[in-house]
Amino acid sequence: MVLKVFFPSCCSSAESGILIGRWISEQNSAVILAVVHFPFIPVQVKQYLSEVQRVTKVSVSVLGSWNNSKQEKEESLSEFLEDLGTIFSHEPWIQISKEGDSKFWSCSTLQKQSNNHREEEIILVYYDQRKVMLSYLHPPLDTAASTDHKVDDASKLSAIFDTVAKSKILFMTDKYDDGPIKLTHWQSDGVEASIIVELMKQASVPACMLLTFLLSLISGACKSRVLNFWPLSFLWSKLSTCEQLAHRLQHLQVIGSNKKAQNQTQLMRKANIFVSLLIDVALGILLMSWLYRKNRIGHLADTLIPVADHVAEELQDLLQWLMGAPAGLKMNRALDQVLGRFFLYHIHLWISYIHLMSPFIEMILWYVGLSACLGLTVALCILSDIVALLTFHIYCFYVYGARLYCLKIYGLSSLWRLFRGKKWNVLRQRVDSCSYDLDQLFIGTLLFTILLFLLPTTALYYLVFTLLRLLVVIVQGLIHLLVDLIDSLPLYSIILRLCRSYRLAAGVKFRVLEQQDGKPLRLLMQINPLSYGSVVQTYRLPTYSCYPKDSWTSLCKKLFLGELIYPWKHKGEKQD
Amino acid sequence: LRCRQHSASCRELAVRRPRLQLRSLSAVTSAVWLAAYGLFVLSENSMVLSAAIFITLIGLIIYLHFVKIDQESLLVIGSLGIQVTSSYASGKESTTFIEMSQVKDVVINEAIHMQKVIYYLCILLQDPRDPQGVSEVVPLFQSSKPRLDCLMEVYKSCQEILDQRKTAPQSS
Repeated sequence: MVLKVFFPSCCSSAESGILIGRWISEQNSAVILAVVHFPFIPVQVKQYLSEVQRVTKVSVSVLGSWNNSKQEKEESLSEFLEDLGTIFSHEPWIQISKEGDSKFWSCSTLQKQSNNHREEEIILVYYDQRKVMLSYLHPPLDTAASTDHKVDDASKLSAIFDTVAKSKILFMTDKYDDGPIKLTHWQSDGVEASIIVELMKQASVPACMLLTFLLSLISGACKSRVLNFWPLSFLWSKLSTCEQLAHRLQHLQVIGSNKKAQNQTQLMRKANIFVSLLIDVALGILLMSWLYRKNRIGHLADTLIPVADHVAEELQDLLQWLMGAPAGLKMNRALDQVLGRFFLYHIHLWISYIHLMSPFIEMILWYVGLSACLGLTVALCILSDIVALLTFHIYCFYVYGARLYCLKIYGLSSLWRLFRGKKWNVLRQRVDSCSYDLDQLFIGTLLFTILLFLLPTTALYYLVFTLLRLLVVIVQGLIHLLVDLIDSLPLYSIILRLCRSYRLAAGVKFRVLEQQDGKPLRLLMQINPLSYGSVVQTYRLPTYSCYPKDSWTSLCKKLFLGELIYPWKHKGEKQD
Repeated sequence: LRCRQHSASCRELAVRRPRLQLRSLSAVTSAVWLAAYGLFVLSENSMVLSAAIFITLIGLIIYLHFVKIDQESLLVIGSLGIQVTSSYASGKESTTFIEMSQVKDVVINEAIHMQKVIYYLCILLQDPRDPQGVSEVVPLFQSSKPRLDCLMEVYKSCQEILDQRKTAPQSS
């Protein structure tokens, strides 16, 4: 079978020595982690390797010998290296030798136990040790979802990535350390460290403790009885600002917890939440500075009342139009007048209420605008809540119109069944035939006629107000969609994919390097980064709202029957 | 079709597509600019011209980077896997590597497309749960669509290398 040797490209210029690494026998491949130089004492090498094996749980052993002769071939050294094979017994013993600065190395194996001496083909694969160690190999998206994954089905590549990643401790010693063993690997020229990262790690522990303490105070205050009795709790559940604030609080709790992240997904999630919060607050502060400069908030508050007045006037015009002969349809005069006057009075009440509030609007808006510093998402939620509050009368009209229409439709359908001599059997949930008395039939028919002829009027009012309500719902929905987008976008992962693309690996790619006859096949293994779409899909943060729970057909059916529609249902609310 | 053999168990097969023609590029550009000039004459708004130039540039960049495939190649390394690369006209290369343990077989399939039958080469991936089943079919050379004689050569090369994998465990 073909023997594959994974050689780190940083060891190409190392001095002669022995190769240590891991031998994966199922795949007939050897992953070389470092080169141990002369002089060394075999007993100490074996001790060191067993120490490393104990800590990292990776079966590191001596795999072969490496001969880098700068001058002509030294026969004695190569014999010495062969003799080493007897001391560190390993099947098969790999010998790689490089002459001068040539790119083409000769590779051979010594098999002691096998009887037939086959010429095995050897493939030499170079890999960048630092990148492979830092990267995380993502499983394909469909297998990541399946729960029955067998360990022995793990792909070959993940075994290699695992080996290098877990052997971090092997790379901790560099050439300036005075130990019994001298190694060459990617960090042997000096261990990499960054002052900023170390400082942040030290500072993060007290910062996390402070944050957890503050958060416990805030959540204690929020859960207190004062804020939670019935009218207020209903109000909090309806305002989307409170939901967004609760969501962000939860995020802060995740960041502030002092448990170290167990695996890659948790680490990425923490980082994503942190970066998302940071960007959100930065954008919020930017928005706030823009709003408060040149007193734009004052201008906004000044235009708010005229806008509300304008909307109310438009509604009044619309109602006058409906009370006349809208679109040429002939309405029932009496019902028309009743409904029209009822809604007009409602609008009048609403306008008086708005005018009552007008002196305080500027101050309220000024203070509410300050809360935009908590984040752009909070500001958008406040905007959506303001829109909902200002169009509350449209919502009321919609509810009145829908209820009337719904009653009418139910009455009509029940009386229609009476017309045909049938009845709805509540016990059996089906339509049964029924014999009615004469007076029941008479009154039923009368009522049916009345309801039928009043239908166009009610239906028209219902249609107009439903359209207005849908308009408001669409506007609110768009704002919430934007908030969701900002909430769930994994910015840290995207920036990582942009700047350090080798850390998110979807797979590997091989490039064939120059070949020479008689020498082993040389390949370069590079990391194939994940595509942006899969990055977003793998790492998106969960949000609290769902998308419309009704399909188009059920929505149309509900509209036809006059049932109240709540298109955006939030997670955690009881499903009816 | 170009075939290179790097070693006994490694083969690279590449299919080139015709390059971007200067004729078609200049035809499309002049058509867009003529239409923009016509709009400018009608509307007297010079933004139309700059918008047209902008659109042409952006469209060309998008076309070269995402649509125009220059070369598709298949690198078969026995006992490691199969690598499929498509390189675009702007130099971007998109690579997929499939490990040998996942590859069940490489076959030529027929498909009925409109009024003719076309042949395409595809890799059958093994279902990890069911050793006999096929979990996915990966079609190769999708944009260059080589003819049957070309496909036969590629098929023969691949089968030679895949055969080695089947005979190797028996000999050890």
